[in-house]
Amino acid sequence: MAAYLARRFSLMVLTLFGISVMIFVLLRVVPGDIADILFDAAGFVNPAEKAQLQKDLGLDKPITVQYAAWMGGLLQGDLGYSYKSEKPALEEIAPRIPISATLAGLAFAFSILLGVPLGVVSAVRQDTVLDYVLRVVSLSGLSMPAFWLGLLILMGFVSAFGTIPIYSDAPKTVWEALIMYSVPAAAVGFRSSALIMRLTRSAMLEVLRQDYVRTARAKGASERSVNYHHALRNALLPVVTVLGIEAAFLIGGLIVTETVFNIPGVARFLVEAIRWRDYPIVQSLVMVTALVVVSVNFAVDLLYVALDPRIKLAGGPA
Amino acid sequence: MKSLDFQAELARAGAMSRGRWSRLGFLVRRYPLGTVGAVILAVFVFAAVFAPVLAPFDAVLTDARLSLARPSALHPLGSDFMGRDVYSRIVYGARISLAVGLGSTFLGGVLGVALGLLSGYLGGWVDLAAQRLVDMLQALPLLVLALVMAAALGPSLENTIIAISIPLIPYAARVVRANTLSLKEQPFVDAARAIGTSELRIVLRHILPNTLAPLIVLATAQLGSAILTEASLSFLGLGIPEPHPSWGRMLSESAAEYVRTAPWLVAFPGLAISLVVFGTNLLGDALRDILDPRQRD
Repeated sequence: MAAYLARRFSLMVLTLFGISVMIFVLLRVVPGDIADILFDAAGFVNPAEKAQLQKDLGLDKPITVQYAAWMGGLLQGDLGYSYKSEKPALEEIAPRIPISATLAGLAFAFSILLGVPLGVVSAVRQDTVLDYVLRVVSLSGLSMPAFWLGLLILMGFVSAFGTIPIYSDAPKTVWEALIMYSVPAAAVGFRSSALIMRLTRSAMLEVLRQDYVRTARAKGASERSVNYHHALRNALLPVVTVLGIEAAFLIGGLIVTETVFNIPGVARFLVEAIRWRDYPIVQSLVMVTALVVVSVNFAVDLLYVALDPRIKLAGGPA
Repeated sequence: MKSLDFQAELARAGAMSRGRWSRLGFLVRRYPLGTVGAVILAVFVFAAVFAPVLAPFDAVLTDARLSLARPSALHPLGSDFMGRDVYSRIVYGARISLAVGLGSTFLGGVLGVALGLLSGYLGGWVDLAAQRLVDMLQALPLLVLALVMAAALGPSLENTIIAISIPLIPYAARVVRANTLSLKEQPFVDAARAIGTSELRIVLRHILPNTLAPLIVLATAQLGSAILTEASLSFLGLGIPEPHPSWGRMLSESAAEYVRTAPWLVAFPGLAISLVVFGTNLLGDALRDILDPRQRD
């Protein structure tokens, strides 16, 4: 067990290291750095001033030196300074994380609460009209761009109430926050729920074919007990294994939904930082995203072992 | 379930023995949703190919007098801020959407297949290195990686295709690697080697064709994601640049404002994106059932 964990952990670190190199190099292949953008915007270029700015930001040094400086800081918890605001990147990023985390949490809860029961119903009533309707609805959910769904919700609000629930001031109470976040969270969560519904459905169908389900039926267990006690518990395993994929899916949804609803979270901040070529912010946010996805996958591996007693870690899956 | 599978096999065997048309008829009856998907997709391909004939107006030329004109007989879907006909832009937009979708799926697929074949067939350190690359590419959400790639490459049609193809690499790579690992142990590979077939030929002529079915299923699923990602990138202003009529781009131009003032600008491009992706998803599900029966529900 310990050896397996150590191996998984070192692979995780290796992946993060690889991503850090990839992202660092990618951003520096871009023609035009922050100095170009700032001076283009100003409309005139004083070469001396521009060179000075590039020097101040360390953009004139070789890329390996820049990387070492960034990595050295990162390992000590120093994310560097935002080029745009000139504040420490950590100060810019940290306050935005709870906003996105709340949104993601609500969206995830929504997707589970909607996706799992509908997936079960769809599987239990396989090939009925209900099943077809649910499948088509979930597939259309997956086919809609998340930002369009957000815009449609806004449109619905306009025609129903004449106003748009767009983020203006920071919510003061928990209750206010809940109302403010629940609409965009539903927009993000609906697409994820479609994904979870499809997974739950096919996992349920798989499990319902197993011998132990037939045994449960044979010994006279009620349909309800068979479906929920015997089948669903096992069908949830595959849903847990793809939590990493679901997290990645959710983050993609957050990026566009925060933009539509004008929510000042980290996901929208990433887009802004990319537009501004604000390297320290982009790099930090990409690393945070990768860390989240990789950690979820790591946690899933652990959870899987805990949930499925059939898995033995003697050899350890590759 | 067992009996249903069995019937399907029987029916399929029967259909195989008859002509091509009856086989098609069989598939249409057996997979009604997949047929709907194929038809939807065909309509969009038709629109893309015959855009100059189907679109009554130019997709790029602006007309200030028509700025934000409501839908009318002449402009059935209204016009945008620049006075361009929304219907014509949506028809031309099918070209962009399908070009980026097909282009990035194909490019990502080819790169992924190459990586998967190399790592599965050669094994050893090549495999280890390839697997770490796959881990890296999969640790970032599709949209995040595509965003950074698109920003790094700069906005253009070709660069958007490349930016979206990179995050798609790991999926094809994993499918092909797993298949190659089991296929290379098969007797027909030994047989090919025994008669002096070169390694490259074994990989390309004996192993690759045997992994095509799951690849086609994967590619169809990825076509939908690729089209959605292009829409998101363009929506965020980091994909297809103006004045190209990208559906995502059409929505980005202060879309939240138009929700109130010009809802037709928000409704129709989004509908086009959703429909074409819905079509690919329906077709993808049916293809999975047909080509990859192990995954059939």
